[in-house]
Amino acid sequence: MIHTERLTRHFVSKKETIEAVKGVDIDVAAGELVAFLGPNGAGKSTTLRMLTTLLPPTSGKAWVAEASITDEPAVVRSRIGYIGQGDGAGHSFRVMDELVTQGRFYGMNSSDSHARAQELTKSLDLTSLEKRRVSTLSGGQRRRLDIALGLMHRPGLLFLDEPSTGMDPHNRANLWEHINRLRERQETTIVLTTHYLEEADFHAERVLVIDHGEIIANDTAANLKATLAGDRIVVTVDGNDLAAASAVVATRGSDLTTSNGSREVTIAGRFDQGTRTLPWLLRELDHVGVAVRAADVRVPTLDDVFLSLTGRSLREESEVAA
Amino acid sequence: MSTMVADTRAVFQREMSLVLRDPFSVIFSLVQPLVFLGLFGPLLAGSVDPAVLNGASPLQWFLPGVIVMICLFGTSATGSNLLFEIMTGSYERVLASPLHRSAILIGKAFKELAPLIVQAALVVVVSIPFGFKLYPVHVLAGLLLLGVFGVGMGAFSNALAIAARKREWMFWAVQQSLLFPLLILSGMMLPLEAGPRWIQVLGMFNPLTYIVDAERALFSGSFSDPAIGWAVLAAVLTCAAGLWVGVKQVARSTT
Repeated sequence: MIHTERLTRHFVSKKETIEAVKGVDIDVAAGELVAFLGPNGAGKSTTLRMLTTLLPPTSGKAWVAEASITDEPAVVRSRIGYIGQGDGAGHSFRVMDELVTQGRFYGMNSSDSHARAQELTKSLDLTSLEKRRVSTLSGGQRRRLDIALGLMHRPGLLFLDEPSTGMDPHNRANLWEHINRLRERQETTIVLTTHYLEEADFHAERVLVIDHGEIIANDTAANLKATLAGDRIVVTVDGNDLAAASAVVATRGSDLTTSNGSREVTIAGRFDQGTRTLPWLLRELDHVGVAVRAADVRVPTLDDVFLSLTGRSLREESEVAA
Repeated sequence: MSTMVADTRAVFQREMSLVLRDPFSVIFSLVQPLVFLGLFGPLLAGSVDPAVLNGASPLQWFLPGVIVMICLFGTSATGSNLLFEIMTGSYERVLASPLHRSAILIGKAFKELAPLIVQAALVVVVSIPFGFKLYPVHVLAGLLLLGVFGVGMGAFSNALAIAARKREWMFWAVQQSLLFPLLILSGMMLPLEAGPRWIQVLGMFNPLTYIVDAERALFSGSFSDPAIGWAVLAAVLTCAAGLWVGVKQVARSTT
């Protein structure tokens, strides 16, 4: 559905060239749900804007929905849906009018467009708002309208740029319900950008981690976590048992860290399959006479993946940016 | 080509929904030309040399100028709507659609031109009791000419909006500083013949001068005035140049 070859975009600002996207190769198969994850300014949106023909690439090639973004942009546009970061609906327009004209923009006739708009207002809970001016809608309502606009022409491939930014948890859950339903019913291919770790983790089938304009990892969230972060087991023991306990932990664990309390110490190590390893570890510690006072398994997040890839925490960066 | 027409129609219908859903805006737009005609017309009648008018009603001379002025005001300001759409985000959604880029510009310009027909009809009807002589076919031809010119002006205005998208105040600053020289140097409000030679020379470089001259000829019932040929050329050139610049700007507008 998507294939890119060394897709690159530079921006020139005050005589300085900024390499926003540095020759990325991306492949997305039909029916996939792929998330571009990375901090603000990583190049996620720039990549998305190139794939949706909004921004011409500086160099490189890309085919989206079986058409070249540089040679046949109009064909690409007719086959994809795009939900951007801003409000898709014009503030001065009425909800229903915007939906119907959106259909007409994609070549639907007036009656088809009306029928489809009605279908979408019903499924996105916008029915009572049809005659309202967009400027009077709440943030959540506008976002639902954006989704409806993006789906008017039933695109086989849908791009969403930071779809849940600024949404409350309820609306975010609602959004994902719609996206998932869309995939089940119409097998829509979905590509989205996000800097929410949980979103990429729970919903995407595949995560492309983007940083400084490059793809630094590309796998399922589970594989990324298993290979790049791993589970951590933390045990708390008496300070006198530190040496004995550390020796046992080190037999299977790696990346050991210890923290000293006044009487107790905690030892943490990285393990494969933490929940399965913990019982073994407790038995072994008991065997050498160490009394374990507390034990915990910490399952990694994508933030741990990002940390192990870049040495920086994505969570901190998004918070600083927000 | 057929998709081009369909695209333009779709954009036009979207824009027109703004007008149709808010009829008050139409009423208000009708008042403006009447005010101009009612207040400026009598002043002008007293100050213009009757020789310029060839014995006809001053309205015959002034009314086409008012109609050109409404067209110029409307189409040159249309970019402000686009600027608003760029800022709120809906323009990007429109760009992501397969619409012909020039259809976006033409559809938006038509929205400014459609009320012009109603406005023109109203001022004409109101003027007839005061001595204005109506030549319907000529007036229609005049409106068609204005339409071609207006599409170009609208495209220029949208191009300006895109160029000013990162500094919105720039749009009005540039629009206002171009609008009034264009307006005054076209002889729209006061005849250039009454001014000094250098004003007349400057007027010759203003495409609007030819449009205004041709509209006056047409509204007076003449198809043979040489001004009309020049005006058609000026309108077609304005339209072509506006769309060319506009489409180029649209392509650059997301960077």
